Amino acid sequence: MEEKQNFQTSLDFNQNIFKPSTREEIVEIVKNCYKKSIPLEISGLQSKNKIGRNFQAEKTLDLSNYKGIIDYRPEELYIKVKAGTPISEIEEALKKNNQQLAFEPNDFGYLFSGESNSGSIGGVVACNFAGSRRFKVGSVRDHLLGFQGINGKGETIKSGGTVVKNVTGYDLCKILSGSFGTLTVLTEISIKVLPKPETSKTLIIKNPHVKKALNYLGQSLSSSTDPSGGVFYPDYFGKNFILNDLTHDGGLTGIRIEGPMNSVDQRINRLSKELALMDNEFSVLDSVQTEIFWNKTKNLEVFKNSKSNLIRVVVPISETLQVIQKLKKDDLNYFIDWGGSLIWMAFDHLNSKILSEIKEITKNHQGYYTLIKIEDDFKASADIFTIDPIKYKISEKIKKSFDPKRIFNPGKMYTGI
Amino acid sequence: MSSLQMPKVDSSILSKKDKIISDIGRIINPKNVLSHPDELRPFETDGLTAYRQMPMVVVMPETVKEVSSILKYCNDNKVKVVPRGAGTGLSGGSLPLEDCVLMAMGKFNKILEIDYENRCVVTQPCVTNLAITHAVQDNGFYYAPDPSSQIACSIGGNVAENSGGVHSLKYGATTNNLLGIEVVLMDGTITKFGGKAMDSEGYDFLGLMTGSEGLLGVITEVTVKILKSPEIVKAALIGFPTIEDAGNCVAEIIAEGCIPAGMEIMDKALTKATNDYSKAGYPTDAEAMMIVEFDGTEHEVEAYIEKAKQIAEKNNSSSLKISKSNEERLKFWAGRKAAFPACGVLAPDYMCMDGSIPRGKLAEVLREITRLSKKYDLPVANAFHAGDGNLHPLIMFDANDKNSLKKCEDFGADILKYCVKVGGALTGEHGVGIEKRELMCEAFNDKDIQQQLTIKVALDPNSLLNPGKVYPILRKCAEEGRVHVHGGKTKFPDIPRF
Repeated sequence: MEEKQNFQTSLDFNQNIFKPSTREEIVEIVKNCYKKSIPLEISGLQSKNKIGRNFQAEKTLDLSNYKGIIDYRPEELYIKVKAGTPISEIEEALKKNNQQLAFEPNDFGYLFSGESNSGSIGGVVACNFAGSRRFKVGSVRDHLLGFQGINGKGETIKSGGTVVKNVTGYDLCKILSGSFGTLTVLTEISIKVLPKPETSKTLIIKNPHVKKALNYLGQSLSSSTDPSGGVFYPDYFGKNFILNDLTHDGGLTGIRIEGPMNSVDQRINRLSKELALMDNEFSVLDSVQTEIFWNKTKNLEVFKNSKSNLIRVVVPISETLQVIQKLKKDDLNYFIDWGGSLIWMAFDHLNSKILSEIKEITKNHQGYYTLIKIEDDFKASADIFTIDPIKYKISEKIKKSFDPKRIFNPGKMYTGI
Repeated sequence: MSSLQMPKVDSSILSKKDKIISDIGRIINPKNVLSHPDELRPFETDGLTAYRQMPMVVVMPETVKEVSSILKYCNDNKVKVVPRGAGTGLSGGSLPLEDCVLMAMGKFNKILEIDYENRCVVTQPCVTNLAITHAVQDNGFYYAPDPSSQIACSIGGNVAENSGGVHSLKYGATTNNLLGIEVVLMDGTITKFGGKAMDSEGYDFLGLMTGSEGLLGVITEVTVKILKSPEIVKAALIGFPTIEDAGNCVAEIIAEGCIPAGMEIMDKALTKATNDYSKAGYPTDAEAMMIVEFDGTEHEVEAYIEKAKQIAEKNNSSSLKISKSNEERLKFWAGRKAAFPACGVLAPDYMCMDGSIPRGKLAEVLREITRLSKKYDLPVANAFHAGDGNLHPLIMFDANDKNSLKKCEDFGADILKYCVKVGGALTGEHGVGIEKRELMCEAFNDKDIQQQLTIKVALDPNSLLNPGKVYPILRKCAEEGRVHVHGGKTKFPDIPRF
């Protein structure tokens, strides 16, 4: 009971899972863990907690009760929320003002549990996985305006603010985005919001060949028609899309155009001409079907309930075809997002030999991979994230500067970090 | 020169000056080591000309290996290093120190690769911002961030300062348009962060380095993304009878879901000055003048311009012109882009401030600036990247009058403090440098600053790379009662102070 006396709040330190609802409680928990060198797993809404290496943590800091919108200013284009706030709650609030999170956070719920769970804003920032609009609007990190968080000593720190232009001091928003909770417990997050486009349509090109698809995507992204999404689904995924205006169920390339009504029609028309498409080669999805199509993409719904291992590979567009050709195995299912530079690869079976091959190939093609879903018995020994020795050394130093006793998610990204 | 405390000069380094020069002359071509006062003079200041200091020596490396060897040598011998690009920075980020090696990156001036397939350009850091656009514009591409010094400023400097420009509302600042960098750390380590692929594995060091003002590493290569030039660009020139009307118009345009490529406001004083200077045809009777620009495809731009026009009329616009040709559009901008030289005509000197505020606070902040202008008895003209809340008051003064410079600096500091007070930031795009260093305690408490300093120490344990910039020298902050000092001891006695 000694621990309990140390607490100024009503928390009991003997429990293993903390569910704080105030910042003061979070500070107390972290300070205690720091003092006693107790490793702490930071968790939100469990939507992405399976991503990352296995690690031992004596206690869990569950932020799902630390939620709520603190300040939403549609005209200033930002929303400030507590870190445990569900993405769904934020999106609901933005919808009322015709605004959105333009980076389209992936919903990993379908992949891991068969149903939607888009997670919390804290988790989305910690993982920095952006959806299809990435090549046009940037990643999660490009939309994080400011944060307040608790470092590994229990000190409350902040960086950034609520204005878009701010170069005061180091940009800690960037280093925390994608740090998988290993540097700081995020408490408050200010994130940029943007107007929803008036309408959107999708040009669907029927084609089974990845090479041709990449040509279409490359040409579209380099055209002045300004697309906001570009995907390729091979033949075996075509049947996953049942939409009124989608007349075929084979391989398809989808290109999204957004903006004012007239402009969208004009650009769709122009794009189909620029790509020299015959009338029977393409169809156009209206805004309702477009929303369904791109939601399925951001939710990775083609992998719903799949037992396969899922790898997220990012390479420059010029390398995508070669990477796919080199990694082609009988049990590989994949689709391409981000206009050609993100490949979601599902393998029924993965072993260290195949993984080192993937590692080598992505590295040689100037890219990287992240293991998203992986069979349990292989997980302990696999490299989930890739890193080179120099960056490992720098990462170690940065980790120490935020979390000197390595209490936050120790080992979740790399051994020793 | 106004007094500003800089890191203590290390007399043992100065006494070894000749040896250091000859040692470095063995690392790189001795012709690229400058030490004669006549050679050093051009490097004594940057865009913040009120501050001058001759460096001990200037080195001009030609390869990344040379950069690495010099940094390693300086690190081993505890010699301070100040990196410098084109020297156009407005916050004094490359102001030399008396006992420093000034590393001038001017020889890194080549574009290395233009890759249209991946829509990016790989370049050395001292290529100018505008040269990147020039290199790709014939193929219909451009590099989006456009700081007003783009004709002269270097892309490496843009990365170090995270420079913005008039189009950053729609296209973001440097950090949002950067794919990768090669960087040399103070211990000589050469590494690459990012590359041609989007985002990167592990911690986002690319993001951390961007805007770190030369304190964490020296940039030796930059990969930026390029965009397809928009099919059409149109601008509207709108006059308003009050600043409030202009401010409301900005807020409504944004709320309506139109994101302009640029949205600029100038107050009456600057409208008149720039119009006299450039004959841009501005409505000089208006209290505020706005240029709003949209780019995209024809239908898209027409739709947005029409919407902006309706919103402006609703907000009592007193005049409204829409560009009918590209020439006319450029004429609208000619005055705005001549804002600085126009102020140069009005007063012997001016200082350009750089605060960021919530868009909705525009009228309130401008009223406060007017009040302060009377208090300090110094004229001021205001330019404002209204779309993203970035305010540039131009305070006019006479540098030959010491009292006038001091008044100008105090006036500027009061403006920035007010920006922070209304929820904004000390600097939107010019950086902290030495100019706003002492104001950091307005924006951050000591825990925030100490967290940032521990990052600095992690990468540069001896604090040799660009010391004295960005973070307040402790004594000054403590005197002002902003950093908590207890019993004469700071909270982190192991952290070197600079």
